Amino acid sequence: MLTRLGQILLTTAQNLGEMLALLVETLFYFKDAFRNRVAIVAQLYEVGVGTLPIAVLMSLFIGMVLALQTGSQLALLGVQEKIGAIVGLSMAKELGPVLTSLLIAGRVGSSMAAEVGAMQVYEEIDAMRTLEINPVRYLAMPRLIACLLAVPMLTVFSFIVGVTGGAVISDINPAINVPMTVYYDVLVRALDMSEILNGLVKATVFGGIVALVGCYVGFKTTGGARGIGQATTRSVVMSFLMIFIADYLLTRFMM
Amino acid sequence: MADQQHRDKNKVSFFNRLTHSFSQMTVETSISRQAYETSRGIGIKIRNLSKSFNGQPVLKSINLEIQPGEVFSIIGASGTGKSVLLRHLAKLLKPDSGEILIDNENINFEPGLLIEQKYRYSMVFQTSALFNSLTVGENIGLWLREKDVLPERRIRRVIREKLRLVGLAGREPMNISELSGGMKKRVAIARSLAMNPDLIFYDEPTAELDPVTTDELARVIANLKDKVDLTTIIVSHDLNFALYLSDRVAMMHDGEIIEIGTPEEIKKSKNPLVRRFLYTTTKGIQGK
Repeated sequence: MLTRLGQILLTTAQNLGEMLALLVETLFYFKDAFRNRVAIVAQLYEVGVGTLPIAVLMSLFIGMVLALQTGSQLALLGVQEKIGAIVGLSMAKELGPVLTSLLIAGRVGSSMAAEVGAMQVYEEIDAMRTLEINPVRYLAMPRLIACLLAVPMLTVFSFIVGVTGGAVISDINPAINVPMTVYYDVLVRALDMSEILNGLVKATVFGGIVALVGCYVGFKTTGGARGIGQATTRSVVMSFLMIFIADYLLTRFMM
Repeated sequence: MADQQHRDKNKVSFFNRLTHSFSQMTVETSISRQAYETSRGIGIKIRNLSKSFNGQPVLKSINLEIQPGEVFSIIGASGTGKSVLLRHLAKLLKPDSGEILIDNENINFEPGLLIEQKYRYSMVFQTSALFNSLTVGENIGLWLREKDVLPERRIRRVIREKLRLVGLAGREPMNISELSGGMKKRVAIARSLAMNPDLIFYDEPTAELDPVTTDELARVIANLKDKVDLTTIIVSHDLNFALYLSDRVAMMHDGEIIEIGTPEEIKKSKNPLVRRFLYTTTKGIQGK
């Protein structure tokens, strides 16, 4: 039992150490971002534009459900006009960044792990080394930059759409019945810039986690098609876990 | 003064270690156009090289010397450690013990020495290892574009020339998924040749090729040998191919080199393991 626990701790420490080494090396290659601009734009398109429709749809429904459930409870207490503040704060500080990042981890992080993993398994990364092309610069750096930029942008979209969804439901649902003007008045009063910035900081960190984990798991892939499949799953599980842990730490730190 | 230089070198090494540890010290160096246009055969010395995987020895104290400009083949049955030896030379594996000297420099996988690498090498992988997300032309031109060695017009000309050399003229826009196994291998060879290397490694180059294409490949390598000053190392179990092309051949068995010599010397070897490998019914030497 103790041996097994020790092994788990050692593996975790090794993974974190290697991930840190990958982060340092990727950050080092940020100096070559201009040279790799075409790859960065391609990744931005994949992460940002590719995820936008599903992120918008997800946020719309989350905003609507949040307004519906919270609004009906607030109405029982007669304070339903506060619904704008609740939806706005939830979307800006927590739901927007976390759910968008989870979506990115599922959609983009897994595909990064599969793509880099396939390149690892089929010796493409070895070929890159013999061509004296650093795989971290060529593969990880554009993906990390794209995620660091795209996830906060998606979070902004997510916030706007989620808040709008909540406003529509608050207005048209007879049990809540809060006009849009009241909804926005309360929201604007409750929300200040620091709250939005908190959300954006979280989104940037989570975006970095998704790219880093996706690339790390991809680089460490072994064992053919089965290994690539496992890498995909592992990247999603690891990203989710790390996002939740980082979310708690960032919330605590920025309180 | 010497102390200062030593300290400076250590400083660089520490920084490189910090910023390149994940990629196992894949340090990118730049190359001038003048250096690109000249290649030279370089020599290799391997001393007491050993490697084990999970406690299972794969290379057992290998000693080998390859002369500059030589076409050298390593033959042997599957699973005898040929490809593992080649991957050490290409710096893709780190030995457990022993040393490899390429161009009289010890490649001990330390960062400082990698930066000082003064030769170019390339490798043709058994699986071809082409980049699936790039077209045929982009694969061949990747190194030239990444290193910014030549102007774009010149790069396109090099791509055209190398494709013609491997019998695939005009296939630049094709996707890798559209190619047959043999075509992939030839594109991989063209990609390696585009580097104008001093040292080229072929890992089972004929594994997926039909006899006619194998002949064409043999002609390409023989042609390069005559026209370009480079060292060629071939790992293969295609006996006739290796014996036809090579200046010298080494035979590996169970992680050891059991015979080494010119093709004629190998054919006359009295070693029963060599004879058993050479004179098989279906793929052995004809006429014996």
